[in-house]
Amino acid sequence: MSEKLTIWVPMDSAAKALCADELAADIAAEAAGRGVAVDIRRNGSRGMVWLEPLVEIDIDGTRLGFGPMTQADVPALFNGLATHPRALGPVDELEWMRRQSRLTFARCGVTRPLSLEDYRAHGGLAGLKRALAMSGADIVAEVTASGLRGRGGAGFPTGIKWKTVLEAPGAQKYIVCNADEGDSGTFADRMIMEGDPFSLIEGMAIAGIGVGATKGYVYLRSEYPDAIRVMREAVTIARAEGVLGGDLLGSGRRFDMEIRVGAGAYVCGEETSLLNSLEGKRGVVRAKPPLPALAGLFGCPTVVNNVISLASVPVIFEKGAAHYASFGVGRSRGTVTLQIAGNVKRGGLFETGFGVSLGEVVDDLAGGTASGRPVKAVQVGGPLGAYMPREKFDTALGYEEFDAVGGLVGHAGLVVFDEGADMLEMARFAMEFCAIESCGKCTPCRIGAVRGVETLDRIKEGDGGAIELLSDLCETMKDGSLCALGGFTPYPVMSALTHFPDDFDRRKEAAE
Amino acid sequence: MHAQPPAKAPEREDIDAIIAQHHHLEGPLLPILHALQEAFGHIPEPAHAPLAEALNITRAELHGVISFYHDFRAAPAGRQVLKICRAEACQAMGGAALAEATLKRLGLDWHGTTPNGALTIEPVYCLGLCACAPAVMIGERVVGRVDAARMDRLLEVVGA
Repeated sequence: MSEKLTIWVPMDSAAKALCADELAADIAAEAAGRGVAVDIRRNGSRGMVWLEPLVEIDIDGTRLGFGPMTQADVPALFNGLATHPRALGPVDELEWMRRQSRLTFARCGVTRPLSLEDYRAHGGLAGLKRALAMSGADIVAEVTASGLRGRGGAGFPTGIKWKTVLEAPGAQKYIVCNADEGDSGTFADRMIMEGDPFSLIEGMAIAGIGVGATKGYVYLRSEYPDAIRVMREAVTIARAEGVLGGDLLGSGRRFDMEIRVGAGAYVCGEETSLLNSLEGKRGVVRAKPPLPALAGLFGCPTVVNNVISLASVPVIFEKGAAHYASFGVGRSRGTVTLQIAGNVKRGGLFETGFGVSLGEVVDDLAGGTASGRPVKAVQVGGPLGAYMPREKFDTALGYEEFDAVGGLVGHAGLVVFDEGADMLEMARFAMEFCAIESCGKCTPCRIGAVRGVETLDRIKEGDGGAIELLSDLCETMKDGSLCALGGFTPYPVMSALTHFPDDFDRRKEAAE
Repeated sequence: MHAQPPAKAPEREDIDAIIAQHHHLEGPLLPILHALQEAFGHIPEPAHAPLAEALNITRAELHGVISFYHDFRAAPAGRQVLKICRAEACQAMGGAALAEATLKRLGLDWHGTTPNGALTIEPVYCLGLCACAPAVMIGERVVGRVDAARMDRLLEVVGA
């Protein structure tokens, strides 16, 4: 064979967790043994985690997929691809891929994450180039027109936040990327940082020139060592290639950034405690006002945005705000990066316009549970999100739509549970988690969470009278907490109680 | 999978060098603490005074920061650290039972270390591997869809 066979093996940590590194080594060894020249390229993940490790082989420009691959399946890759037991056909034509609208994740899984050449060849840096020719006000107006809202969970309009920072007086301003993706069931931030790190860098650079900030920080959780490595390397490459530094793409404009590593505190995903942590303090929540946009990092005007918000900025500038806003429903414009997790047949990342129903995601896309038992509940929006019963499955995924049924989209993670789940235990876990992770500043969260665990234990032991106390406590936490940790822990607790009251009725059990 | 190199005994000059290396950063404390822990396997007590002095903060403030974060240790961990995810997505796939069985088998509670010093076991709340749960991390290596057999092999390899 005169030409090298191009084989793609993901380097995403979900693929690595399913032995992708070992598989890449086996493929190299098998090829060497057979005297076949191969070019093994490491890509990000396509998001089809149930097919990982998903190996792709390029045949005349078409990438054929094979997965989930095991070591035993390697030799057959060299014996006629069509009959391979794991053959899936062209990856782009798989139903999971065809049904998506990939804007933010367009390159993820397609390119080599640390190849700036691949990045450029797939539309990268077009957005930054366009932004560099625009005024700050025009950049902010473009983001506002796109309808982009904070993808970290709060859903605050990104354009308004940027406008506040642009108009705030201050010699030094900052862009801070919240990459402290601590919510269970969410991994979109991790995937984009590992699979397309330059999109985040480009998004931060556009934000910087838009609001007049020259310095950016990514606050990245320590639980993501692979993402930390990839992002650090990407920043070094971007600096060397003039995508960051004192002369952005030869424009004379300045923006640089650093990767900072968290230290295992969930609450640092809250923007003000994140800022305290970046400053080298305890990650304690700050009272607002002042808004971080006016007095954020080191007291300077600061944009704090989630990874997906910032990584969506390049495509907004590359294809225009109108194109981005043409996706979605109601006031939820653009795409939502669904993360489908827990007890599901098909788990992974699915990017689509807002508006898809919860039931379509759970029953159709995810294919029901991995265990084959009926779905009992879906927790949407992380550990602070509500447990949704099947009766709510017609709810459309949108900020206002979920709010109307007492839930929140959050970071768009969905964790599916089968009928084996004990919702009292899940409510107890929510309180326990809040108690462990509370920063301790406000009483409803610090003390309330501990009392919540105790109260749930009483209910568990058959004290039905404690249910009223639990509701009361949740009311206090919701109204009296300083941030979302104490304020939203009542969502999973009360939704579990409201929708699954039988699980809280332990009197019979206790009496028996 | 190799064990972490035995942590160096903290010498004053090593501590000073680490502080000096990061002192110029904006908000240098967390980067310094991470670097100290990487070098010594924990935040050594002899580093407290020079660090507080270099950053012009009190030792009480420094203690407040170190003790706030789950990652920072006052004493070295075992040769390997196994983090088992306790969060919801892993629970939906039997993560709680896996964690319980592992702790029971090792005769440890969370944060405990095996008597031979081979392994410390820690809870973690999400590794971002929620679509291939339950998940664990050993050192910096992630492992997904962990069942009892896979856990047995992991424990065997690290000699726990």
